[in-house]
Amino acid sequence: MYAHRVAKPLAGLLFLLAVTAAHAASFGMPDLMQMLSQQPSGKATFVEKKTLAVLKEPLESSGELSFTAPDRLEKRTLKPKPEAIVLVGDRLTLERSDGRKMTVSLSDRPEAAAFVESIRATLSGDRGALERYYAIALDGTAGNWQLTLTPLQARMQKIISQIRISGARAQVKTISFLQADGDRSDMTITSTAAR
Amino acid sequence: MKPLPQKIILALWAAAMLAAIAVIAQTRFIADLSAFMPKTPSVRQQMLVDQLRDGAIARLVLVGIEGGSAEERARLSRQLTGKLARDPQFASVQDGDAATSERDQRYYFDNRYLLSPAVTPARFGAAGMHQAIQDMIDELSGDAGLAIKPLLPRDPTGETLRIIDQFGGDTPPRTDNGVWVSRDGQRAVLMAQLAESGLNTDAQARALDSIRAAFSALPNRSAGTRLVMSGTSVLSVASRDTIQGEVARLATVGTVLVVCLLLLIYRSPMLLLLGLVPVVSGALAGIAAVSLAFGHVHGLTLGFGTTLIGEAVDYSIYLFMQRSDGAHPSGFWRTIRLGVLTSIVGFAALLSSSFPGLSQLGLYSISGLVAAALVTRYVLPGLIPAGARLRNLTRFGALLQRVFDGLARFYWLIAAAGVLATALVVVNRDTLWNHSLTALSPITKAQSQLDLQLRGDLGGNDTRYVASFTAPDQESALVASERVDAVLSRLARAQTIGGFHAPSQLLPSLAMQAARRSALPDERAARQNLQTAVAGLPLSADKLEGFLADLRAARAQAPLTRAALAGTASGMLLDSMLIKRPDGYLVLIPLRPSGEGAHGDQIDLDRVRAALGAARLGQVTVIDLLEETTGIFDSYTHEALILSGFGCLAILLLLAIACGPRRAGVVAFPLVCAVLCDVALLHLAGITLTILHLVGLLLVVAIGSNYALFFVSDDVGDTRKMETSLVIANLATVMSFGLLGTSSVPVLSYIGSTVAIGAFLALLFAAMLARVRPHAHPV
Repeated sequence: MYAHRVAKPLAGLLFLLAVTAAHAASFGMPDLMQMLSQQPSGKATFVEKKTLAVLKEPLESSGELSFTAPDRLEKRTLKPKPEAIVLVGDRLTLERSDGRKMTVSLSDRPEAAAFVESIRATLSGDRGALERYYAIALDGTAGNWQLTLTPLQARMQKIISQIRISGARAQVKTISFLQADGDRSDMTITSTAAR
Repeated sequence: MKPLPQKIILALWAAAMLAAIAVIAQTRFIADLSAFMPKTPSVRQQMLVDQLRDGAIARLVLVGIEGGSAEERARLSRQLTGKLARDPQFASVQDGDAATSERDQRYYFDNRYLLSPAVTPARFGAAGMHQAIQDMIDELSGDAGLAIKPLLPRDPTGETLRIIDQFGGDTPPRTDNGVWVSRDGQRAVLMAQLAESGLNTDAQARALDSIRAAFSALPNRSAGTRLVMSGTSVLSVASRDTIQGEVARLATVGTVLVVCLLLLIYRSPMLLLLGLVPVVSGALAGIAAVSLAFGHVHGLTLGFGTTLIGEAVDYSIYLFMQRSDGAHPSGFWRTIRLGVLTSIVGFAALLSSSFPGLSQLGLYSISGLVAAALVTRYVLPGLIPAGARLRNLTRFGALLQRVFDGLARFYWLIAAAGVLATALVVVNRDTLWNHSLTALSPITKAQSQLDLQLRGDLGGNDTRYVASFTAPDQESALVASERVDAVLSRLARAQTIGGFHAPSQLLPSLAMQAARRSALPDERAARQNLQTAVAGLPLSADKLEGFLADLRAARAQAPLTRAALAGTASGMLLDSMLIKRPDGYLVLIPLRPSGEGAHGDQIDLDRVRAALGAARLGQVTVIDLLEETTGIFDSYTHEALILSGFGCLAILLLLAIACGPRRAGVVAFPLVCAVLCDVALLHLAGITLTILHLVGLLLVVAIGSNYALFFVSDDVGDTRKMETSLVIANLATVMSFGLLGTSSVPVLSYIGSTVAIGAFLALLFAAMLARVRPHAHPV
């Protein structure tokens, strides 16, 4: 009985020590991916700001994000126009405000796949999926990390020059898409429920 | 005795044969779907015929390149496309290359003010423009923003998107290395549209050969790469080749078998050659008659050529074997005549069939049998050399007699079998028939598998639902298409249908183009409206000079014609929907099911028809191709049942008149039992019956009645000789039809197995029931 009562806090302490030690050494991809993959699901709200050269002011949209491990990602935009992207496995479904739906297979759309995997693979801590499409650079600490993804495919490079993702521990805080023509979109994510 | 000297008869026969050969030399042999198409179709059936002949599907060749690396496949695909694009046999060739899709995008973008269904005067007023630009900006902030962004400066009202919206729900093929590839990426796919309309199988075969030749001549092609093709034309050419190959093989093997049998019995090459004379004469006469009456001969009809061997050879067998002392028993010719007559009556029922394949077969059989019988009666006796002697078959005959006598004791077995078979047929009457046209198709499983795969690769679901109408000229066709479009768009919004393609979406009528053009404001008004419209929007008018310039250009633009779509995939789609025919235009509008709900893969056509009718578009025919095809087949089967029923009835009547009702009953009873047992046996073997089985049964009646007629006849001379000849004839029939039964062409194997079983049973039953006299002669 006694041993059991001690074991739990002890394990927690050991984990903390281990993490601190790793941090002290250097915070690396395996650590980040490990942290992220232990977050099986989560809900968040997002605000996305698009800065386009052609427009006088940035466009803002907002809505909800939800992720269910291992492969379900839903981005539901509420403003200014309701629409949604639901990604399950290989199938990407676009729901338009007029109720029309379009489903495509990711394997048919390499660019779309690269695009959505930048978010999904990050959330699920799937390093292999990320490396299939991007060169990866990681900076910072476990409490404040920045991931920089540079597309590998030439066709993707013509659209996106870089994707920057930042976060704290298993929480992704911002995702920025830097477009090849200088336009950008910045998404700020606020977690509402995480298990 | 003879009214005409032998020399004149011979000369007449030779002249007739030469004439038949001359006709056959000029004959066109076809092997396409026409044999399955009704001669006098209803409007909906006509639609189906049109769809099969001219529709997008019929003219499409789906091509796949397999093996090698993805890069090599892509290169070969591009090279092959380049080669075929210069070939006039193809209206269009598409491999999904970026250049083509750019041409398509360019067509829609450049002509958006003539093509967009949203263009109205109100849309280009200040308020309309404000709303349209606001919508566009909202879309920009959404998930598709990145894709839409390049459009904004020149198309701020989003006309391009409104055009593309019309095609929503299509799944384009996957692209890799700049060309279309299969879902698994292991095959480059392209599609070629034949310039010739679907029905000319020869032209199709030539075009397909051109594709094969072009592929094998591609430079630097590694040995591991290969070409696969599918599509309606590929399947019909393949089925023709199969039928032709099978017909040739079966005719050869069948002839060899019968020749061997006859040699064994006759022991005389001379008699053998003579025995084949009626067969050859009959076949020649049959083909020539069909050619003269129909203008062409279908491969299937030719396929039955072999069946004539089975029946026509019987006559000469009877002739040679029942001869004694250079003459024939008095009742011999009467029996033969009655046998031929019953066969003719049976086949005459087929003549009036609306299934062209069947009426050809009817004519072929009648003229073939008449020719064979006439030749046997008048030509052959004069040709038999005086010294020709058959080997003595007395011992065989005596043995046979004992066997028959023994069997006759079990006559009650037949009645029992007949009752059992009847019960089986009645109980299973609903599962007896096969309702699918494909049951007759000689397409192999592997071929239809490939067809399915390639169609899947190219994103085309099989077109099942089609709305169609005709119009005297292109403009009225497009105007009508616009009216249908308006109705269908409403149905699509209500989810009654998932979507559709209409030719007017790709090429609006001149009237519609003019209306849209006149909806565009002049430059001053456009500039003013735009200034007002952008107030309060995060977009300044000075970024939209390109928009104003494009509006100006659109107002001066010449109307779009078909030529504007040259080299685009959309042009190919248009060709498949707006079809020029000698007497006007045929419009085919494919409808897609919504995919939602329990019956998402089906369309409630009654609602579509009602909506079209309410819009006074009653001339538009909406059909479910699947249901229609099945329906046609069902009506054929139904009709064939009635016709064979009439045929059998006519045969009975003829027998009753010729030899009295009692004897007719004696002839008919074993026949009916044989037919019933035949059906029951086929059913027990797990075979569902088709029209061809029915034709087979009619043949059983035609052949079997001859057996029974000989058995019941009083004055056929030596019964032992007669019975031996019947058994030999039956052996020849069962052998040649049994051989047909082994064919890989369903049509031939159905007839073959039915007749082989039925003819054997007919002889057996007739021997057990119809032999009127006890044969107790001492040996």
